[in-house]
Amino acid sequence: MRIAMLHNRLRIEEEMLLDALEDLGAEVVAIDLRRTSFDLMNGEDWRQYDLVIDRSLSLTSSLTATRIIEVYGVRCMNPSHSIELCSDKLRTSIELERAAIPTPRVMIATSPEAALTAIEEHGYPVVLKPTIGSWGRLVARVNDRDAAEALLEHRSTLGSAQQGVFYIQEHIDKPGRDLRVFVVGGEAIAAISRSSDHWLTNTARGAEAHGLPLTPELADLGQRAAACVGSDVAAIDLLECPQRGLLVNEINHSMEFRNSISTTGVEIPRLIAEHALRIAGATSGKRRQEGALV
Amino acid sequence: MNSATTTTTETQTAACIECGGELQFRRSPRLGQVVMCSGCGVELEVVSTSPLALELAPEVEEDWGE
Repeated sequence: MRIAMLHNRLRIEEEMLLDALEDLGAEVVAIDLRRTSFDLMNGEDWRQYDLVIDRSLSLTSSLTATRIIEVYGVRCMNPSHSIELCSDKLRTSIELERAAIPTPRVMIATSPEAALTAIEEHGYPVVLKPTIGSWGRLVARVNDRDAAEALLEHRSTLGSAQQGVFYIQEHIDKPGRDLRVFVVGGEAIAAISRSSDHWLTNTARGAEAHGLPLTPELADLGQRAAACVGSDVAAIDLLECPQRGLLVNEINHSMEFRNSISTTGVEIPRLIAEHALRIAGATSGKRRQEGALV
Repeated sequence: MNSATTTTTETQTAACIECGGELQFRRSPRLGQVVMCSGCGVELEVVSTSPLALELAPEVEEDWGE
């Protein structure tokens, strides 16, 4: 089977995935999107692949490439629609709400004045997030009106038009950690906690990952969350609310896992590669069938 | 771009273009691979495998993430 992996830099995760795919006998090509262009009228070069795995760090590149490659009729993992839903916190929240999956309360405003009113009505603290962003960047805990006014003014004045969508999330008084469930092919495979003295618990911000038993509740929430955004592969971030229990916070479509293999004892890249081959095998079989019918 | 590279049967080495420290590749480097210099902490990207050449890896951009 022939598989392409999109990237814009080969980190440890991408290397692990390439190795796992090759170990399983796949013919894999790493394609650097910084050096790639697409002919919208001719996708022949891409149709040689049974599956395209997106591992680009750049959301813009990921979405651009997968949207076009899917038009060529080639299956992407994750699909572009899933990347769209996961990468935009507002769209993720809408899907979680639609699927009745427990999640923190979210308020949305498109002007700083309306955002301030919503925050005041809810009460402090709240968490202000950009709708699109990762690794905890520009995520701020707002403790009082002074901070709210300053942050909202800075975002609306200095930020891009996208920063003009104010995503205000209730603050969950979590116990110094958040939880992450890895879901591959609809099945929860591992869980970790991420601990930090800082209120932000992204490993990109220095939080430490620890293995966590995959309880039925974690597995169920993770699997339902991944399903509601149509992900083949996803990392579901959860918060432990003292009053309401586990709440799904965010869904990551192109997860990092280098620190979660030894801590969980689960060969995450191997399981992702196995799932990729299952999808590629189904695609390849379907194509052969279609070819035979022509 | 760095050209000071050495190849043995088991490892390939290259000099960090920032601090000059030695970087060792225990297996064949891949094009696009990002490595961190243990001497100065800078991230370097493999921009050519034959000959082995490194450049400073691009800075994190606004839309990068998980």
